[in-house]
Amino acid sequence: MIAIIDYGVGNLFSLKSSLAMIGADAVVTGDADVIRTAERIILPGVGAFGDARRKLADTGLDKILLEEAAQGKCVMGICLGMQMLFDRSLEYGEHAGLGLIPGEVVPMAGKLPAGLKVPHIGWNALDIQRQDHPLMKYTKEGDCVYFVHSFYAENCKAHTLATAEYGIDVTAAVAKDNVMGCQFHPEKSGTVGLNILKAFCEV
Amino acid sequence: MITKRIIPCLDVKNGRVVKGVNFQGLSDVNDPVELGKYYSENGADELVFYDITASSEGRKLFTDILKKVASTIFIPLTVGGGINTLDDFERVLASGADKVSVNSGAIKNPRLIEEAAKRYGDQCVVLSADVKRVDGSYHVFAKGGREDTGMDALEWIKRGADMGAGEIVLNSIDTDGVKRGFDLEMLRDVSEIVNIPIIASGGAGCMADFVTLFKSLPKVDAGLAASIFHFGEVQIRDLKEELQRNNITVRRI
Repeated sequence: MIAIIDYGVGNLFSLKSSLAMIGADAVVTGDADVIRTAERIILPGVGAFGDARRKLADTGLDKILLEEAAQGKCVMGICLGMQMLFDRSLEYGEHAGLGLIPGEVVPMAGKLPAGLKVPHIGWNALDIQRQDHPLMKYTKEGDCVYFVHSFYAENCKAHTLATAEYGIDVTAAVAKDNVMGCQFHPEKSGTVGLNILKAFCEV
Repeated sequence: MITKRIIPCLDVKNGRVVKGVNFQGLSDVNDPVELGKYYSENGADELVFYDITASSEGRKLFTDILKKVASTIFIPLTVGGGINTLDDFERVLASGADKVSVNSGAIKNPRLIEEAAKRYGDQCVVLSADVKRVDGSYHVFAKGGREDTGMDALEWIKRGADMGAGEIVLNSIDTDGVKRGFDLEMLRDVSEIVNIPIIASGGAGCMADFVTLFKSLPKVDAGLAASIFHFGEVQIRDLKEELQRNNITVRRI
């Protein structure tokens, strides 16, 4: 069973449906015991980093997540959920992340060439850096996935599985041991996205 | 590189897609779920569903259908029509919509944009504007393009973006249904005043119209159309091939 962590952030309808589509047994839950018994954990999230990080701390689920990750359970963060895996974020102030993957989350604004809009929204092609990683098992160079974000992770090259070109190389997928993350929304990325979720279920 | 998006738009009334759908090979062409699936499998980058029912039973039916669509189609879904309050946002988001498009509801109460953006994020709020030239300037029209609000469209769109709208759908009433191409002049004027994604709507008649749109206005991010897709006059797969031939980056499936 996969636990999709529900901490009051974001819309989990599509994520749950897409896991059902690939035949995975998933529950949306904020219950620590359910998360502990799950085989895998997904940390979703949309919205502002500071707010989401606070909610995760208020529910105490950040501790559970860290404990489970430390025991080797497979964890995947999606979008803001991925950003929270890093050491810190500079989104409107400075916030501590979960520290599961070295790196930091910074604004795209100011880093992009003139004419590129923020948020980075729409379908963008993946440049795969680590084709050998199990999360990239069904994904190939140039596959398009759906992004919606204004901040991105940097100083995490050693753990980057894929990037997307948007004037800069945007960190698109990351992994460190049993902890993985996607900046894009696999649940909104058609067959390519479903295959990434499938690969996660098989890691 | 980010790709240009192609977006079919489906009007739904009492649970059925209305406005002449004419497809072969679908068992029920007016079924929003089946049609949505067809588009999704054939290269649509996003789907827009407009609820054009007025009754509360119709609304309930729409929400049920949205749930069905959202559990079978895994590309972004935008929902519009009858969005007047934050409760309306909540209702469609909980049923699987990713973005919500506001039009008349925001004209009546502009704070709706601000409040929704604050609660759900800018990326969730799409400002859809029906615009027509009146006495040498652009006016915003309400109620499905039937009522001239007298508001200056450029000011309204700028204000919407400032209040937190994450995207603009610009529908030119002047070119809508004429099928001689998008309203490039209007789109250019809007693209110069906002820095959020712009979705062009109204006027597409053939594939070349999309090529012209993206070639002449690189700041436009997406093209939206209804009848040319519904009638099979343009297949999205062919359109993407044609765009790619013209060096416009698109997502191929």
